[in-house]
Parts: sequence; C-alpha cells; structure tokens
Amino acid sequence: MGESNQTSRLTWEGCSVLLDINDGERLVFARLSPAATLKIGKKNFSLQPIVGCPFGSSFRVDNGKDGPYLSRVVPSEEEGGNNVQEEENVTGEELRDNRALVDNNTAQSLTGEDIDEMRRQGATGEQIVEALIANSTTFENKTSFSQEKYRLRKQKKYAPKVLVRRPFVRSICDAYFRKYPARIGCLRSDSLALLLSMANVTAHSDVLVVDMVGGIVTGAVAERLGGTGYVCNMHLGVTPHSLEIVRIFNFNNDTCKRIVRCCLNDLCPGQNGSHVQNENMASDSGNQLDVTEEDVSLEENKTSVDTSNKTGKRDPTTCKAIKAGEVASEELIDSWKEKGFSSLIIAAPEQDVWGILQKLLPHLSYSASFAIYHQYLQVLPSRTHPHMQMSAFGGYILSGTKICTSESGAQ
Amino acid sequence: MIPSDPSERLSLLRRIQEGDLVIVYERHDHMKAVKVIGGSVLQNRFGVFKHSDWIGKPFGSKVFSHKKGFVYLLAPTPELWTLVLSHRTQILYIADISFIVMYLEIVPGCVVLESGTGSGSLTTSLARAVAPIGHVYTFDFHEQRAASASCVPDRSIAGITICSLDYLEWEDFEKTGVNKLITVGVRDIQGEGFPDEHLGQADAVFLDLPQPWLAIPSAGKMLKPDGIMCSFSPCIEQVQRSCETLALKFTDIRTFEILLRTYEVKEVRAELGKGDEGFSFRSPPHKKRQHSTEKGDAVEASGAATVMAKPCSEGRGHTGYLTFARLKCV
Repeated sequence: MGESNQTSRLTWEGCSVLLDINDGERLVFARLSPAATLKIGKKNFSLQPIVGCPFGSSFRVDNGKDGPYLSRVVPSEEEGGNNVQEEENVTGEELRDNRALVDNNTAQSLTGEDIDEMRRQGATGEQIVEALIANSTTFENKTSFSQEKYRLRKQKKYAPKVLVRRPFVRSICDAYFRKYPARIGCLRSDSLALLLSMANVTAHSDVLVVDMVGGIVTGAVAERLGGTGYVCNMHLGVTPHSLEIVRIFNFNNDTCKRIVRCCLNDLCPGQNGSHVQNENMASDSGNQLDVTEEDVSLEENKTSVDTSNKTGKRDPTTCKAIKAGEVASEELIDSWKEKGFSSLIIAAPEQDVWGILQKLLPHLSYSASFAIYHQYLQVLPSRTHPHMQMSAFGGYILSGTKICTSESGAQ
Repeated sequence: MIPSDPSERLSLLRRIQEGDLVIVYERHDHMKAVKVIGGSVLQNRFGVFKHSDWIGKPFGSKVFSHKKGFVYLLAPTPELWTLVLSHRTQILYIADISFIVMYLEIVPGCVVLESGTGSGSLTTSLARAVAPIGHVYTFDFHEQRAASASCVPDRSIAGITICSLDYLEWEDFEKTGVNKLITVGVRDIQGEGFPDEHLGQADAVFLDLPQPWLAIPSAGKMLKPDGIMCSFSPCIEQVQRSCETLALKFTDIRTFEILLRTYEVKEVRAELGKGDEGFSFRSPPHKKRQHSTEKGDAVEASGAATVMAKPCSEGRGHTGYLTFARLKCV
C-alpha cells in the first residue's frame, strides 16, 4: 500500500489544504505551491508559512519588515493569554448568524485613516481591535454578551484567523455543501456517509460509481479504499464526468492509480439504444453547465481549486506520475465482466437512475450492496413522489443487496 | 466479512463454502446469521433447509426448503451484522454509525480506540474503515460478561485480556479475518482511562459511556494532535457536561443528532413484472406471496405495478447526540 499522504499530520510543499478563515466565514481550498497566495481583505498573502505545519494549526496576520504576512499562532501563547476568549469563541460559534446588531459606527471616534496610520506604525490586528474598543463610546454600555460580539466582529476584520484543515471527505463535503451545494448535487456529508456504508465500501473492493456530483463520491470511495481495490467512475455518454473534487484530496500515486474511468459502452457494449442516447445528451449538457459555473466562480474559489491548474507545478509527491481517473485498461474491464463489482453507488441527481441501475446491476457481484442517492424519492418503476423542501433535508438514499435468482446470472 | 486481500472480495465467481458465515434473509426485518456446516439444517417457519444444498451456490442465492419455502443467503456486511447481532446493550444503528466513521475521518491505516464495545455494532464498521492495515482497540467493562463463558481465555496481546462479545461471534471474526483488525479489552475506561501503550497513537477515539467526561482527559492523551473524538450520549445533560470538559483541550466542538427516516415501499394492485427481480425495496415477501411469485410470473409480468412509499409509521426517533471535537494542535 505504501505510505499514505492522507495520514500525514503535517502539511508539505504542494499539498492540498482547506483554509478556514474566521471560523467558517470563508472556506478556501488551496494547494501549497510556492506561488500560492490567499487574499484576505485587499492583500495577497503567501501560503509558504503554512508548509510543514501540523494540520489544525492557526495563523494570523503579523507585520514583518517586508509587510504583513501569515504567522503561526503558537498554541502556548494562545492558551496562556486568551483562555477566556477561547471559551467565549465556543459560544460565539452559535451566534454567528445572529446579525441583530447594527453596524453603526457613529460611536466610533477612530477613522479609517487613523487605523491605516496604526498599521503603518506596525500595530498588530489585536492592537487595532483594542484601540477600536477603547475609542468606542458605546462599548462600555454593552452587555458582556454583545461586547464579545463586537470584539469578534472587529477581530474578523482587523485580525483575521486562518485555520489549516486536512482535506478529508468530511471537510471537503461540508465546505462544498455550504459554499457550492449545487456542484455536489446537494449531497450532505451524512448522506454521503450513508452511501459509503450502505454500499459496503471497504479495502480491496471494486466499486462501480456513477458520480455526477463533481467527483465527491469518487474521492470518498478512494479515501475508504486507501490504495487497494478500484473505484471505477462510469460515464454514461462520451464525456467523462468531472472529477474536479478528487484533486482536492491528497491522494498519493497508490490511490490515484486505483481511480479509473470507464464508459458505459465499454462495460456493456451494444446497449446504446435510444435510452442511452438520451442520457448522453443529458450528461453532456450537465457538463457544460459545470463549465459555466467554473467561469462565474467566486474569487475565493479561484485562489483555491484552480491553483493547481494555474501554477502548472503539481505536487511531486501526489499525482504527478499517475493522474487519478485514467481510462480503465481492457484487462481490468474484462476482469470486472468476469467477476463483477463488489459495490455500486449512483449519485446522479438529474438522471433517470432506474435506467442506469438496470444496465449496471448485471455487473454487480451476487450479494453485493448498492446505494443510490437522489433528491427525489424515486421508486420502481420510475415513480417520482412529491418534492420535499430541500432545506433541512439530506436527500433520499435507496439501498439494497443484489440477489441471484439462478445460476446463469442475475435478471 | 472484510476482505483481507483482493481474492476475498465478493465476486460473481464466489461460491458459498463449508464454514462460511451467511446471513439468512427471510424478510427485511427478519434475518439470522448462520455458519454453514455440511450436515446441519436450518429450521424456520418456511420449512427445513439443508446446509448441504447451500454449498456451491453463489452468495445472494434463493434457496428452498423441503416444502418450497425460500430464503436468501447473503454475504455478511457490517450493516447486516448490525441487524442480526444479539442486542446485549442498546446498539448504534446505521445512520449514526456511518456519520461517526466519516466525521472521525477514519481511513485505512487509522488506529481507533472505542469504549464501550457494547454489542459490537459500531466496532465492525470501524474495522471495515481501518482495513486492511489499521486497528480498532475496543474496551468494555463488563465483569459479568468477562466471568461468563463469553470470555475467550488465554488470549493476551500486550497485557490486555481479550474478551469476545460472545464466543461464537469471536470465532466468526476469526474466520473472516476481522479479528486481525479488532482487539477487545476488558477495562473500565471511565475509571482507569485508556492503557498507556496507546498514548499519542490514536487517530480517533469513540466514547459511548454514561459519564464520558471522566474518560475525555484520557482520550485527549491518546489522540494524535488534531485527532478527533466523538462521544455518544442519549441525554443533553451528558452532552453539556462533556462539552465543558472538552473545551479545556479540544476545539471545533460540535454536537449532532442524526435522524434517519425510513420508508415503507409497497407494490399495490399488481405485481411488478419479471417476478423476483430481487430488490430489497420490494414489499417484503410474506408466506402467501412466496408461493404466488413462484407460479405466477407470467401473469404478474403483464400487470401494471403501482409502487407506493410512505414513511414508516414507527420510526426510530432519538438515538443519541453525537458530540465531535478535535484535539487542539500543540
């Protein structure tokens, strides 16, 4: 299996990270390439200081002789000085959505110029926050509760915190669900977790996946396989489905070569009836839609996912030699035709999953588990039930075990 | 249950062999784990089934009794295991289990500590996630059980007495290779904490204890920096108290409650075509239909099926709160 980049507890040059800015205010996927930067406020900060630090470490903006830079918050210092604040931050997390306080700065005597001047003189973010508090005429009259809110708000603006997270399926799925739910078909992490369980994904499995949710399912399965077995990403039409999200995981070569693509026609030749044609069209248009979304992607996504494309300098330890999602070899496809897959997951929220399932079931081993994610409850034969509100709703999962009714094969 | 090499994975070529563990499926809410032994029989309300008839058939096969009743023989999975194991304690179910495994960021190669073991419902899923090279150390303090026949004597790894959930299950684990992934220890984790040999070694810790706050400091010592722990508690007071303890050494503290709504899917009016296509979401077979489907395939194929789904009237409501926290990075 070899060493796994995924289990490393320290970041490295070229590794992929999730940056959590101000306790979830912004979530940015970034690759720690030498040129990578993160924009906070109006300034770009080099991500180099993060290289070699443990995942879970925090950074803040400090003033150095070459201007502001990201500086690691030494935990002992944090614990010694800010114990009280730490505890209150825990409470603060629950309050983040409460915006009842009016940001009306007539009570503030410090002007923008004053703050700029403080910065020029090398004041830290914390010092600016303290100055703002000292110069606020209303601060003293606030309840301690709203004082803390005020402090937190100013801290976010003047002393932003950056937390470095491991890009595991949990954090990736949660980040996408919050920022770009449509790209992962609104697949919530608890639903994704259920898919993996219900499909019995484990080491040495050969998992057939129809992933039209950006590659999150493919990545999640590959993470569970840990460089064993295979995850076969099946596309229905000629265009492979996007595996954009797979690149965010820190998969090593062992894992990358276990992620392969295969076309439906390669597995089941001579089945391209009109039904498949329709699916082809649908999947193609789906891909185009993805591209458009790329173009309008927000600023913070550009600094992030795209850094891998932009810098062209890929991480040498991850997927340089072997790219995830190569076309499955003929030998591999033949072995699947003979032995069948050990699991099947379908996450194609805009597709006729019943049609897909009918084609793929024969390629599933007897007694193998399958799990299907859909936003609408669809039951045989292709009946769609009334939509439910999508808010507070994780979608539907249909799962089952393939049985064998005769020795000759499944029907 | 968990393949330890590629040859052990499910395959269309795989056949049931003597000594295999199979899940005998009668209906979605009625299953049983059975070890296949040549001369044995299984007797249930559908009749007498000879094990010898099963050997050589693929997993997933429908097998018949002397009076043409049938059951399916499924390959065991942690999900099916959860449904068939005898409940010595309140067990964790699939929705909670899935979420725990993902939120603890358990991947192959991880070292996971668990207490208590309970009926071992979660343990099997943890093992599946750490396979093939990780390990689950699970601890339970059950003097009664330890003293009973359920204890497998003279199995000692690194000073820990290994005690199985019950003897047969342990045997099954051994047969399927799961025992290579799981070590069961008898220990009062609330009182003594986890053993020192795991200091700083654990990627994840799971607690299902009445007073988790007593074990949280020890969990913190066992975890690698930025490692994650989860505590399962049915009551919110337990959660509150745990969070107070967690706040000292942990960050990113979040509590979840997972609700899984299951649906009953029924075919009404006519049967779906092609007879036994065999999806588990078909309405569960009952005695009368067992025979009708055998004989009436042609008739059914012509009838239009109407499939109805409704939420199960008696769902599992609250199971417990799952509180996750990350060890602060030093």
